[in-house]
Amino acid sequence: MMLGILGGRVYDPRNGRDGQVADIWVKDGRVVAADEVDRDRAELVDAAGLVVMPGGVEVHSHLVGAKVNAGRKLRPEDHRGHERARVGDLRSGAGGTVPSTYLSGYLYSEMGYTTIMEAATAPLVARHTHEELEDMPNLDKGVFITMGNNHFIMKAISEGRPDMARDYVAWLLKASRGYAIKIVNPGGVENWKWGTNVRELDDAVIGYEGVTPRRILETLARVNDELGLPHVPHIHGINLGRSTSARTTVETMRTLKGVPAHYCHLQFLSYGEGPQHIHSCEAPSVAEVVNADPSMTVDVGQIVFGQATTMTSDGPLQHMLHQTAGGRWMNDDVESESGGGIVPIVYKRTNPVNATMWRTGLELFLLVEDPWRVFLTTDHPNAGCFTSYPQVIKLLMDRGYRRERFGGIHRRARRGALLPELEREYSLYEIAVITRAGPARALGLDKKGHLGVGADADIAVYSEQEDKEAMFARPRYVFKDGVLVARDGAVVAEVPGRTFYVDAPYDPAIEGEIRAYFENAYTVAYENYAVVTGEVAHTEPVACG
Amino acid sequence: MSTVVEHVACPFCGCVCDDLTVEVEGARIVKVKRACSSGQGVFMEYDPSPRTARVRGEEADWDAAVAEAAAILREADSPLIYGLSSAASEAQRKAVELADRIGAVIDSTSSVCHGPTGLAMQAVGEPTCTLGEIRDRADLLVFWGCNPDQSHLRHFARYSLNAKGALTPNGRADRTMYVVDVRETGTAKKADHFLQVAPGHDFEVLTALRLLVQGGEPEGDPIGGVPRAELEELVERLKSCRYGVFFMGMGLTMTAARQHNVAELFTLVAELNEFAKCSVIPMRGHGNVTGADQVLTWTSGYPFAVSYARGYPQFMPGEFTAVDVLVRGAADAAVILASDPGAHFPRPAAAHLEAIPTIVFDHGPSVSAAHATVLFPTAAYGVDAAGTVYRMDNVPIPLSKVIETGRPTDEEILGRLIEAVRT
Repeated sequence: MMLGILGGRVYDPRNGRDGQVADIWVKDGRVVAADEVDRDRAELVDAAGLVVMPGGVEVHSHLVGAKVNAGRKLRPEDHRGHERARVGDLRSGAGGTVPSTYLSGYLYSEMGYTTIMEAATAPLVARHTHEELEDMPNLDKGVFITMGNNHFIMKAISEGRPDMARDYVAWLLKASRGYAIKIVNPGGVENWKWGTNVRELDDAVIGYEGVTPRRILETLARVNDELGLPHVPHIHGINLGRSTSARTTVETMRTLKGVPAHYCHLQFLSYGEGPQHIHSCEAPSVAEVVNADPSMTVDVGQIVFGQATTMTSDGPLQHMLHQTAGGRWMNDDVESESGGGIVPIVYKRTNPVNATMWRTGLELFLLVEDPWRVFLTTDHPNAGCFTSYPQVIKLLMDRGYRRERFGGIHRRARRGALLPELEREYSLYEIAVITRAGPARALGLDKKGHLGVGADADIAVYSEQEDKEAMFARPRYVFKDGVLVARDGAVVAEVPGRTFYVDAPYDPAIEGEIRAYFENAYTVAYENYAVVTGEVAHTEPVACG
Repeated sequence: MSTVVEHVACPFCGCVCDDLTVEVEGARIVKVKRACSSGQGVFMEYDPSPRTARVRGEEADWDAAVAEAAAILREADSPLIYGLSSAASEAQRKAVELADRIGAVIDSTSSVCHGPTGLAMQAVGEPTCTLGEIRDRADLLVFWGCNPDQSHLRHFARYSLNAKGALTPNGRADRTMYVVDVRETGTAKKADHFLQVAPGHDFEVLTALRLLVQGGEPEGDPIGGVPRAELEELVERLKSCRYGVFFMGMGLTMTAARQHNVAELFTLVAELNEFAKCSVIPMRGHGNVTGADQVLTWTSGYPFAVSYARGYPQFMPGEFTAVDVLVRGAADAAVILASDPGAHFPRPAAAHLEAIPTIVFDHGPSVSAAHATVLFPTAAYGVDAAGTVYRMDNVPIPLSKVIETGRPTDEEILGRLIEAVRT
């Protein structure tokens, strides 16, 4: 199968192309040099006047697995009015903030995205995550595995055996067919099983002598480096949502200074103490620390006004949200590993807290100088649905629109705000960085996020419009592995996606230790824990080192 | 010459114990270790002899049976797909795909079991945990309207009452157990405290408990048949425990007030978390009824009672629940897998099933199988077919294929049926 996308203006930051007119040639699902394609036999797409970008790369989204599915089940009211009928061979689906699996795949396709990372799965239920991923077409995928409250790792830290932690992490990533180390409220989720939390980086984790959030972070960052994992440790720090979050975020960043790390949905962790119990926006001071340390990347978790479903592995946070917002609350403590919760929420521009959160996200986007280190996310579905990305892109590219929207938020959130003074507008090139090239580089996905020879032929073609929201909501063409999967913003075909997982070497002696540990730590047999080869149809190992 | 298969998971109930050892000679299972009597039955009573498909009671080859089933479904205006709960999730995914493609109503045994639990969860949420947390941490157990002593035979040993864990090294001695039920069940006999609630008064007792937790003064003594002092004592224990866990069953879901009972309990548990850690676990019955909820939810957004008649999923318990569909006479064909509604449904529903063509997947004899227009005697998941099931705490566990009988799986036949109805 051969394809040529001809004469488009190509935005391919990794290869230094900033809107230059070029042809993109595709053969067998890969981008190739022009001379490798027989023009007469290739399908040709006239892209003259159109914008050509690599397919979007999602760095952090909660799309599948135990927690997400509990969120779907919890919210029938969220699905009604957001149904998609079956068309031809395509499947039906439903869901506003938490769409069903097929629909999620289609909706990402329809925005020009072709790769996604599921942001948090407890290894004990990873098999569930992979089952859902098999039912989410048109996307390549990876799964982040929660490790920040894992008993075996905390035991290794407590016993002063970092090598044991390293071998275990390598084993665990393979056993769960995971892609990266995820750290969520290190130590806090374990303490929540005792009804409490952690507040400071040096607070004790109950039951683990000498273990603190700081030591968990340091250990896993070191393990990540020693294993040479494709991604860096993906960190959701302590105190998310609290007025102490900016302070402890900065302290966490300083602790890991110079150590490669990714800080996710930073907006939720950039608040200080404000008047009348309304958190202050601390985006400027947090962005300053980000700017000063080139070893870190962040994503924003931009608030989008309207319905959202908060769901994290941060059990005590979700309980706090339940106490604050009232209404329905899910909690799920996962033995030996993790936890989590769900609370539906509505973000209102007329609510001073929500409006401050919205402003904090935008200020982070505009104050972090290097677009290669700040990525577009809404921490779907926590701050808003991923389908809102075009709206966020418009806010970044169009300061007139931004000012207009700023004028509509609660006055207390406007007071003293830096946002209206920020003149910066993202260019198309920078948008291609924060939605494609940057996340792909941070994730170590060599064949994603660019259109150089050898890249996967995941390509989005847009018609340039003044209204950037309209432009990014309806790509003219979207190709996955060279197959046209969406046209004019509507999905037209389904292809199965691959799930990348890390296959890092480890000392096999660790297996005996883990097996012995399982006897007492789990209610599932060691032999039935790992997701094994062949159990999931479309996995692809990624070597490390 | 026998082979021994270790770490085998049992597909019978929501406990999905995965520590069984099964001894096999040829295609026959000769011994099962560690299984409860229900689990023993699953493996030891399995008849591995070759079976063939049947069309209207006559033996037919599998291809002809698939063609006949496809013809029935193509003819049907309002097909119903029902059951799912003993099938692996791989088959459940195919069943939902079939429903989506032919515009069927699809429902699982949840609707006659823990359906109200799902509705309660949708109304108020659900603070829960995995079974290992109970084993390791729980010092206070409350069994309400459930009787695992009869229904989930290894629950006490593996997960709850007698299980030994990190913080409960002495098992039973480290736990306090309450039972709330309308009669003194086998489970109640094992309890430290048995609160005998008057039939139909669960909601009242739950509301009184909520009030007591908040420091209020409920009226009356006894309350719903339970002496008030005993409720006060329970509340004191709940507020001061290390890790409390409620288990609930059909004593709440299938008695008056149904989902309101369950929502009241879930709310009580949520409110208790202001004082002490507390969780609740529904005692799911069938081996993979939890998986049926999961699969339907990730594909349609809804856990049961889903109609694809309009081309997209709609959820309406009471309308699209199988019993209601059948009693109304609103289905003109039915696909039944991993359940026996012919035996277990109310008479008017079962009577309608007898009046319409049915396509039944069943590895053994059943009333539904006996009346099937097309019968697929497929393999049994966990015995002669591998697959995935979800334990009652939503932990997915792989089932082994311990013997080879050559029977096709539900998943294979459903896949062929999907292809056949497309053409």
